[in-house]
This record gives sequence, C-alpha cells and structure tokens, in this order.
Amino acid sequence: MKHIRNFCIIAHIDHGKSTLADRLLDFTGAVTDREKKEQLLDSMDLERERGITIKSHAIQMEYTYQSQEYVLNLIDTPGHVDFSYEVSRSIAACEGALLVVDAAQSIQAQTISNLYLALENDLEIIPVLNKVDLPSANPEEVTDDIVDLLGCDTEEVIPASAKTGIGIEEILSAIIERIPPPEGNPDESLQALVFDSVYNPFRGVETYFRVINGEIKKGQKIKFVATDKDYFADEVGTLKLTQEIKQSVKAGDVGYLITGIKDAREVKVGDTITDAAKPTKNAIEGFEDVKPMVFAGIYPVDTDEFEELRSSMEKLQLNDASLVFAPESSAALGFGFRCGFLGMLHMEIIQERLEREFNMTVITTVPNVSYHAFTRKNPDTALIVNNPTDLPDPSSIDRVEEPYIKATIITKSDFVGNVMSLCIEKRGQITNQTYLTTERVELNFDMPLAEIVFDFYDRLKTVSKGYASFDYAPIGMRKSKLVRVDILLNAQPVDALSALIHADNAVTIGKKMCEKLKELIPRQQFDIPIQAAIGAKIISRETTKALRKDVTAKCYGGDISRKRKLLEKQKKGKKRMRQVGNVEVPQEAFMAVLKLND
Amino acid sequence: MGKKEAMVSALRKELELRKGEFQNETVETIYFGGGTPSVLSCEEINDIINSVYENYQVSENPEVTLEANPDDLSKNQIIQLFKSPINRLSIGIQSFFEEDLKLMNRAHNAQEAEQCIREATKHFDNISIDLIYGIPEMTNERWIQNIEKALSYDVPHISSYALTVEPKTALASFIQKGIIKPVDDEVAQEHFKILLDKMETAGFKCYEISNFGKPGYFSKNNTAYWQQKKYIGIGPSAHSYDGGRRSWNINNNPKYIKSIENNKLPVEIEVLSKTDKYNEYVMTGLRTIWGVSLTKVQEEFGKQYLKYLLQQADKYLEEQLLFIDDDKLIATKKGRFLADGIAADLFMINL
Ligand SMILES: Nc1nc2c(ncn2[C@@H]2O[C@H](COP(=O)(O)OP(=O)(O)O)[C@@H](O)[C@H]2O)c(=O)[nH]1
Ligand SMILES: [Mg+2]
Repeated sequence: MKHIRNFCIIAHIDHGKSTLADRLLDFTGAVTDREKKEQLLDSMDLERERGITIKSHAIQMEYTYQSQEYVLNLIDTPGHVDFSYEVSRSIAACEGALLVVDAAQSIQAQTISNLYLALENDLEIIPVLNKVDLPSANPEEVTDDIVDLLGCDTEEVIPASAKTGIGIEEILSAIIERIPPPEGNPDESLQALVFDSVYNPFRGVETYFRVINGEIKKGQKIKFVATDKDYFADEVGTLKLTQEIKQSVKAGDVGYLITGIKDAREVKVGDTITDAAKPTKNAIEGFEDVKPMVFAGIYPVDTDEFEELRSSMEKLQLNDASLVFAPESSAALGFGFRCGFLGMLHMEIIQERLEREFNMTVITTVPNVSYHAFTRKNPDTALIVNNPTDLPDPSSIDRVEEPYIKATIITKSDFVGNVMSLCIEKRGQITNQTYLTTERVELNFDMPLAEIVFDFYDRLKTVSKGYASFDYAPIGMRKSKLVRVDILLNAQPVDALSALIHADNAVTIGKKMCEKLKELIPRQQFDIPIQAAIGAKIISRETTKALRKDVTAKCYGGDISRKRKLLEKQKKGKKRMRQVGNVEVPQEAFMAVLKLND
Repeated sequence: MGKKEAMVSALRKELELRKGEFQNETVETIYFGGGTPSVLSCEEINDIINSVYENYQVSENPEVTLEANPDDLSKNQIIQLFKSPINRLSIGIQSFFEEDLKLMNRAHNAQEAEQCIREATKHFDNISIDLIYGIPEMTNERWIQNIEKALSYDVPHISSYALTVEPKTALASFIQKGIIKPVDDEVAQEHFKILLDKMETAGFKCYEISNFGKPGYFSKNNTAYWQQKKYIGIGPSAHSYDGGRRSWNINNNPKYIKSIENNKLPVEIEVLSKTDKYNEYVMTGLRTIWGVSLTKVQEEFGKQYLKYLLQQADKYLEEQLLFIDDDKLIATKKGRFLADGIAADLFMINL
C-alpha cells in the first residue's frame, strides 16, 4: 500500500485536464504508441466531438521512481456542473489532486468549486500551471494567483505544458513525494467506494471502486450497502488501458468489478461495497441518491413510435442511472415521458443519444425545474410539480417554492457591472464580492435554478466577452411568485409549451416567446395566431401569416435538379415537425423559449 | 482571336464533340438563352446554327429562339435576325414602366421597350415577352396596364415571373436598408390572379406557372424540360439531360474554353435514380397543364409509387389544391401558387 498513489485531476473546463492525463499515460508507458490518440480517456463519441469529459474514468499507471515501483491510479473526473456529484465521489476516492490552471486564463469558477470539494475531502493539492508554452501565458501572475488561492509557496506550483511535455516528470515526482499513500487495513472487512460505473452491453454493468479497507476477491459474495443487494464478484481487476483481471484488489487500490448486473440503477455512485457475510459497520459517508434538477417531456415526433421510445429510454437508463422518466400524456403531443436530468447538458446528451444510438426522432418540451406547491387546504404538504401543467389552480395555491442555487462567477473587473445586471435580471441576489486580484473578481449570487436553465450561460459569455466562468451548487427551496404562462396556437392551448415564470417577468417573456415562435413556425395555408396567456388573460399575440406563394418562378433546364434537391431537403425537415391541432410545429420550437435572446 | 471569337468557336466545337450523344435523335428546337446571347452578331449566330446542322439531324421546321433584351434589339438587328434561321424572339421587357425598370436595375427604359416590340412585331410572328409582377410599389392598376400594354402588341406568348430577390443583389441591399419595401407574397398572389384572368380572357393558356401561350405558340423548347425530353446544353454552366443523367458544364468562361480547346468536355454528371426521376416528374408536372399522369407513374415507376402518390395527394385533393382530370393529377388555380410545397409533400424520400 505504501507504493500506491490515488489522485485525480481537477480543473476548469479546457484548462487541459484530459491532455495532461494523456501525457502522464505516455510518460509512464501505460499507453503504447499505437493506442495513442488525443484525449484518450474521453471515450464516448459525444465526448470526443465536444471535447468535454462527460463520464469519469480511471486508469492505472506503473512508474519507477528512485528504483522503487509505484502504482499510480488516475481518476479522471467530468468537467461539467451537471455531473458534480460524480466529481465529488471521484475526489473522495483519492488522497491527492492535481489542480490544473491554465497559465493564460488563470483561476476560474470551476477551479474554485472543485478545489473546495478536494479540500473538504482533505486531499493533498498539487498546483500545476499548465500551458506555459502558450505565447499568451502569464506564468508569474497566474502563479501568484494560485499562491494566493492556496496559501502555498511559489515553489510548489509546477510549470507545465501538457502539449509539449514540459514538467511532466516533476508532476510525477510530486505525486509520489507529496501525496500520502492510502491508509486502510487490508485485514478488515471489505469497504469499497463506488465512484463510477459504466454499462457494457456484453458484460453488464462494470463498477469502478476504490478499496478503503479489506480486499475484494474474485468469487466473493458482496453486498451493496445503499441498495442492500447481494451479488457474486464474477470478475475483479485493475484498470489499465484495458482491464487486467486479478484474483483480488486490496485496500488502497482502485479497480473494477463485474457481477452480471444488467441495470445501471442497481449500482449507485457513492455506494459502499462490502462483504455479504461479514458486512462492515461503517458505510462510506457522503452517499446521496442523485437528484434530477431539470425536467422536460420527451415525445416521439411520430405518435406511433411511443413504444419504441419507451424501450429506447429503458435501454438508455440501463447505462445512465441518472436518467429518470415516467410516462405522461400531453393534450398537444399525445403519449410521452416526463424525464428528469442532472442539468441541461445531460438533457442534450440524452436527446442526442436517443437520436444517434436509437434512431428516434423526438421532441423535447420546454424544460423546467422541480417546484413545490402548497395548497391552502394543506399548507404543510408539498406537492411536487415537475410539469407546469401539474400546477394546481392558482386560486387554491397557498404558495409555491422553487429551487435556488448559489452561483459562483469569476470575471474581469471590467465586466462586473454587466454580470451584475444580468444576474439581477435573472432574479439573483448578490451575497458576496471578492477581488481575487485587482483585475479578477469573484461574485456570489443566490439565484433561482430555473433562471440558469433559461439561457444563462450564453448570455453570461456575451456580456463578459467570454471572460466569465460560472459554477453553481443547490441551496434548497425558496418561496417565489410564479405564474404559468400558456401558449395558444390557433387558439388551442399547447401544454407542451407552458412554462412557470416569475410574475414580474411573465409579460416580457410571454411576448418574447410569441415572437420566437413566429420566427420558427413555418407559414402554412392559413393564418396562425400565436398567443401567450396567463389563465384566461391574453398577454401577447403574434400571427404567422398564411403561405401565399410557394413556387419558384422559373424552372428550366438547369433549375430542375437544384430545385428538386432543395425541396427534398425541405421535405426532410418536415419529417421533424409535429402536428399540433392543425398546426405543424418544428421540433426546435419546443425548446425555443430557452433561446429568447438570440 | 478575341474572347468572343474564342467562345463562339468553343461552342461550335462542343457541338461537334457531343454529336454522338444525339445519334438517334432529331433536334426539334434550338434555343439561345441564358446570359445575354444577343451580344452575338447575326453572323456568329448563323455559324452556330450551321454547326448544329452539320453535326445533328434537325427536323423540318425547328423552333429556333433567341433571348434578347430590348437594348440589344435595334431595328437593323431585328431585320438581320429575321433573315437568319431564328424564328422566335423572347424579349426581356420586364415592365413598360420606368419606375419598375429602375428598381430592377435594367439597362433599357420604357420607351426602348415599346419601340423594340413595335419593330419586332413587324417582322416576327412568334414573339414572347417577359413581364415581372409582385414588384414593391407596383399597384394592381399598374400591373393591369402592363398586361394590357403587352396584349396590345398582339404577341402570342408571354412569360411572366414573380419578382424574387436574390441574395447579394442591389435590390436585396436596398430592401435590407429599408429604401425599398420588401416583396410581399400577398401582392404577388393577387397579381398572379389578375394575370390568370386577363390572359384567359385574351385567349392564352397558362400551360406552365409562368408561361402563357396562344394555341400553337407554346414554347416547344421549354416544354421539353417539363416533359422529361432529352436536351443538350452547350456553353459554360449549361445543363443537359439524356433521359437518365443530368450533366452541367463548368461555370467559368476561360476554363470552359480551355477545356474544349483540349477536346475535353468540362462537365459534371449526376445519374438520376428512379426516385429522383419520380420527384422531378412530380415537381415539373404540377407546374403544367399536363399535370402528373397516373398511368405514366405506374408504368415508369411502379405500383408502389402510384399508391404513395395518391395517398400523399389525398389531403390536397380534399383542400382543392389538386384535382384529377382523367388520369392526370393537376394543380388547381389556387394550388398552382403553392406547387413547390405540394410537390415536396408528394416526393418520395429515403430517410
Ligand atoms: N498550448 C497548449 N494547449 C493545451 C495544453 N494543454 C491542453 N491544451 C489544449 O487545450 C484544450 C483543452 O484541453 P483538454 O485537455 O480537453 O481540457 P479539459 O477540458 O480540462 O479536459 C485542447 O485544445 C488542448 O489541446 C498545453 O499545455 N498547451
Ligand atoms: Mg476533458
């Protein structure tokens, strides 16, 4: 155990975490030249395309340092707030963390939030000043920023370039010298932390764990504490680039487990694995059931595909336990599912995976957060409202509460004014303002989560010219003055377009929704009134005028194939539209309310 | 050799290079169009026509059309052309009103427009003129006057197009800057209705959305495009169709000439699939009075296609945007102005 080091890499997005991981793997020879490709650990197609890490992963390296062999377990963590619980569990599996800071961009919001997570778990922090090769790098200043933030010595900050390989050897030495070896007793009853799981269609769920005490052996009968279910450890091993089967994985080490579990929901990140016969008395602290933060309806574009959608969602859930869904029906869209997601990125990923992996064409309705409604009759019992249409009649409501978050924003002092205005417009209340340096400010706001769902990121980027980073954490429910804004197309209410909005903004947002829908709903053979209403009161109205002319004037020799191709494309687009009443609504219109300021 | 000479000789050479493609065909029509073919002298036109006769079998009385703008048709030029094999003129009048011509940035003025027709009708019997409607600020009255003016010259054919604003044109930028009102589909639709009525009363048939002819004067050349006949397009950017493949020449004059000089056809080819052909047939068919023949669909494309076509057409038959006459699916007056959208809906698409 003395020669094991467990560490993770934490960083703000794009500061080079995945690239640094690649360099460490190269340097220790964990990856052969043939296996080398950029951002090796980002294995999902979506991750590679978007250049972000969605699922966390783990990999083991062997490294000889001063003639002594060491085993280094690197746990890569996801970089997006949607997955912050997974980050926290990965961090809990380590004794140390490389805190990677971009030498051009300095400390950003996720640097700080991840750092706090690491400090809460008593991790040894090794600051890495990455991208020193960049011409725009400011190594001295950024080093000072890091020193201020951590209260460490300048010498502790390792200048590095994950691109050119500068500093990699120093980082490896620091991992061995500074990060303490795991403590733990191999003779105690098994106690292992589940920090991740992945679904493998052939082998079922692969559980990634860190053994705290005891050991996990092939063939052992084990128990998951939170789910209270027993399994046999069919296979255990360590995580090289490919899995390496072992007879046992001992205290201090990181490994994988296969039990034949076919449903990802049976393996919960944060759960404790123990021996079924001799269970541990101390489950590892910090387990939480991940709670969905954002809800939206998912409906098939083609109503006949409801059953197919159900089976696709079930299959998806097998490998993504954080997806929850329940059947619902909408007057406008027929049968579909109300789904809970960890956040907006997670929602996009699910929608994209449904389309890519299951070939489904779906409509995602306006997303919302989960509200608590209290009626006059029962002012102490919260009715959980995951769908705006479930909000009880306004006259019977005592109050409504909505989830709030604490937002951390770091920006340049030039943009403080802009960022403040945006956050105030988004109903934020400033709770703290700290100058990290003369140029860089950390702002904290208490804000409704719903406001972040509705085009916050993009606008933050715009108002700060890209110089603002953002992170958030939930802080509970607060009372709020919310009303439901309904949308009527051709005088018919379309429930899938309803949204709960703060009373003060309802009229403005209702108006913008109508304008946006007018842009997106193509002209049809009749005028289509688009209205926003609160209860029976119409607050805004637009009209998509009837299509009068839909034919090109000239269609001679050269025009024919060009025209045919254009119309074929148009027809394909129509396939993605949904008939609501007698109006054809394009798929993207349902999400339009998210992009009211484009 | 000047540029124009080089082009003419390339055109003639291309005609020669491609004669194999029409071995068993008879040329029924010759059409000088696209761009401004009236920059050619009569001699050059004659030379090109001669090349057609030298290399192809030509029917007894081919329709030979020249597209020309009023400013290229002087009195003398018209007389010269009349002596050539050209027997049909298609004149780009656009409008008889100064304000419309200015707005569309035309080279001729209203006076020249009238003068040219007056001269042309003295010699040519088969004349077509182009008229544009749906122009911003063009009132219904002015449009009616335009049509009446055209009819007063007793021409047997009119092509009339709704104004479309092509991106990156002067007109587009004026509209964007708010100097000129945007084109309004409602106005275009009203003008089209007026046009249909007026032309019908005057004894013209709207045999295609934008083409009106008196009996015996439908453009044979253009009709061929909508009836899937074969054609050879000569010159830069010209398209050809051989019944199964569509091809088009490079759209760059110097490259075109260079390639032809080296005995190479500067051509791109696309093979049409059965579905492509069906889609094109539906698309062009709905534009014309000949419609989409159900028999032809069944014979050429099969039962599946016919079944699909009828199933898709159902809604439009009900809405009276389409009707079936005998065995033909035809767009109604109301449907004609929506023909593209309807055609797209009748298209077969492999998703
Ligand atoms: N110039 C330079 N670019 C780097 C360095 N490290 C990472 N990058 C680039 O920064 C971008 C983000 O890197 P990535 O590893 O995906 O960041 P992550 O989001 O923290 O995982 C990629 O385009 C990398 O190629 C470095 O040391 N120098
Ligand atoms: Mg990454």
